[in-house]
Amino acid sequence: MRTLGIIINSAYVRGLIGQAIFTFAGIGLVGGIRSAMGLETNVEPGVVLGAILGVIGFLLFAGVLTDWLKWIAGKKTPLRHGVPEGKPGWSRYLNVDVNHKVIGIQYGYTSILVLLVGGIFALVFRLELAQPGIQLLDAKTYNTLFSAHGIVMIASILLGVGAMTNYLVPLMIGASDMAFPRLNAFSYWVGIPAVVLILSGMVVGGWDTGWVGYPPLSLRAPLGVVLFLMGFYLNGLSSIASSINLLVTVSFMRAKGMTPFRMPIFVWAAVATSLIQFTATQTVGVALTLNVMERVAGLTFFNPTNGGDPVLYQHLFWFYSHPVVYVFVLPGLGIISELLPVFSRKPLFGYKWIALSSLGIAFVGFLVWAHHMFTSGMNDALRIPFMMATMFVAIPTGVKFFSWVATMWEGKLSFETPMLFVLGAISVFLIGGVTGPILGTIPTDLHLHDSYWVVGHFHATMFGGFIFPFFAAIYYWFPKITGRMYKESLGKLHFWLMVPGFWIMSLGQMQIGLLGMRRRIVDYEAVLGVQGTQVLITIAALVIGWSVLIMVYNLVSSARSKEMAVTNPWGSRSPEWQIPYPVPEFNYDVPFEVVGDPYDYGLDGSEYVHTQAAPVPSGD
Amino acid sequence: MSAYTKAQPGSHHEAHDEDRAHELPYATQVRANRLGLWLFFISEFFLFGALLITRFYLWNVPGVGQTRPELSQELGLITTSILLLSSFFVYRGETAMTFGDRKTFTQSYLLAALLGLLFFVGVVVMEWNLFGLTLNMFGIEWFGHLKPSDGVHGGVFYMMTGMHALHVISGVGLLLIAWNRGRKGMYSVERHWGVEGIALYWHYVDVVWIFFYPALYLIGKAV
Repeated sequence: MRTLGIIINSAYVRGLIGQAIFTFAGIGLVGGIRSAMGLETNVEPGVVLGAILGVIGFLLFAGVLTDWLKWIAGKKTPLRHGVPEGKPGWSRYLNVDVNHKVIGIQYGYTSILVLLVGGIFALVFRLELAQPGIQLLDAKTYNTLFSAHGIVMIASILLGVGAMTNYLVPLMIGASDMAFPRLNAFSYWVGIPAVVLILSGMVVGGWDTGWVGYPPLSLRAPLGVVLFLMGFYLNGLSSIASSINLLVTVSFMRAKGMTPFRMPIFVWAAVATSLIQFTATQTVGVALTLNVMERVAGLTFFNPTNGGDPVLYQHLFWFYSHPVVYVFVLPGLGIISELLPVFSRKPLFGYKWIALSSLGIAFVGFLVWAHHMFTSGMNDALRIPFMMATMFVAIPTGVKFFSWVATMWEGKLSFETPMLFVLGAISVFLIGGVTGPILGTIPTDLHLHDSYWVVGHFHATMFGGFIFPFFAAIYYWFPKITGRMYKESLGKLHFWLMVPGFWIMSLGQMQIGLLGMRRRIVDYEAVLGVQGTQVLITIAALVIGWSVLIMVYNLVSSARSKEMAVTNPWGSRSPEWQIPYPVPEFNYDVPFEVVGDPYDYGLDGSEYVHTQAAPVPSGD
Repeated sequence: MSAYTKAQPGSHHEAHDEDRAHELPYATQVRANRLGLWLFFISEFFLFGALLITRFYLWNVPGVGQTRPELSQELGLITTSILLLSSFFVYRGETAMTFGDRKTFTQSYLLAALLGLLFFVGVVVMEWNLFGLTLNMFGIEWFGHLKPSDGVHGGVFYMMTGMHALHVISGVGLLLIAWNRGRKGMYSVERHWGVEGIALYWHYVDVVWIFFYPALYLIGKAV
């Protein structure tokens, strides 16, 4: 009964109630004004204002804005730390909390939940594609489902990136928390109404533009497209706030002796990610805003019949949306570099080069966006330079691959689940990587554009660059987070289902793409000769789905077990593994000093983290 | 480099507070705030930059070159002057606070907020002509005639001025908050990050307009 009370009174429930109230108030307000002015019935302006107010309502009711409102009113606002009095520890995770570890875990489980939702969408339309003809879904539902699959998965990945950076970076650099704890909470909580907006867009008519929302199609799509665009926008807002927070944290809160080239390599990846996030995200914000304004307020930007130019949207959109794939993969690649030395018992090969290659990928990522637009009708003179720039991405990425191979070379490899997922990530990312230049080259892209080859390519990059490393990270840091060890057998089962499943799915998608199967289409001709592969892809997708459920079961049941894990099961040198479970509220009760390089595994007498002997007395 | 150390009792302006024992020392927090705010400015640079790109992309007519809509030049010049003047008062107020002159600080910030509000009215009520008025006085057209539905000229003009006006009105709100807190004596010579941050923000919004004004009013052939 008490449990139920805490859940009903949690920030999620309060926020959703607030969002509902404010949304309908906004719709009613605009509807009332419009009818009073005698304008024709058009629900869209009301929906836009309702959506904006709804987000504010969510944040108000959830309590995210409380401290800032108090500050405006001129009151003192000390940060509240620790478990609220008289409540169980788990209630923290359901309410607004400023601790970076709590927020990281909130990001984590939200990411997995959203991942499951997006995965279910994919499985539903995958079943439809298993046979030619229309069986389960009509074209409209199919369009909404694949569009929602795209954006929901992007939301999930952004949440997952937030989970890893928020939980790990302050621990790794020896900080007590993020530099701006309230902003950190805001970044997480603003993502919840964003997901609600996207999902509710599916109910009110759906949309058929894919996750890109190109005009002029988006200008005449059903109402759902407006909610999708606004939800997307909010995800961006969350990204910007959390990336600025992370950059400041890394700048000012590193432990003594932790010079830039002594930071754990994941921190470099997180910094490179944040550099992309806090800049490029603004341009997609502009693209989405212009799109919504064109639809709702009658402004002209993209509609060619009024003198606009749809190619401009694509430029603004891809200036973010290409770099953002590096936002998705850089943290994952950082995880690979972080875990490989631990399981190879060898120093990371070329630490500095890996660190700088993350920045290199981030930088080159800004120069390649128009390779998504070779067939869009943009200025022909732009095509060759963008093709060349695209090929340059292979250089910093190659640095990482060769460094990984060299790190494993002659190492004492052991194959626990996290290591398996790291190796799986490398194999899958390699598939995604080598199929990329074919799309970055103009003549082959003209043939393969909008085919299933593209689908196979980017699913391989997303799985290899994010999903596999993310799962590796979850298994690897699970004992740190919960104090318990996951079940190794189930972890291995998960891996051995998912890796072959994914290979079949991705390679199958590429094969049918070469045969002429188009993206984003509900039906195909039997004479295309792709049905057998389609069935295989569908089965593989179902296997992947089941394997993820095994992971969820494994995590939940292991977290509830009584048996505690040892403090440092992987023999890691990283500072967060040197302290026992549970991690104190402010991470390190005894400050540590960095005295060596982070990855000198197997070198005698080397030391990375040196903990001061005498604890500093707390308080005065 | 490791600016983060455990809060030292002496560095606190007020009595040591158990709740704040794990927070950053004030000086470090202010430096972190400053960096955070500048990163926010860089981020916003991409927002306003994308809008400027939109303007130069869409208002470029092949064979003619850059164009611009027919706007009231006098009105634009007046609103721009008002905004620049407000930045002077913000600077004056912030400087006064660093010297502990609270009265000058509150007066200047209030005046700057009023000037900012005047700019907002000049753009949203007069240039946008929210209420559909016409007034010709001293040979100046006091209310604009460009409509949002006037093709790409209307679209871009309303979007750019609207996005900037949104920043101006939020800046006015922040200036008033700083004024109110200053009035209650919540800032001191040593601790007045709020005053500094809001001043920086206001200057930034001002600088953005220095780029927007020529882009909207001056560059290109009038059509």
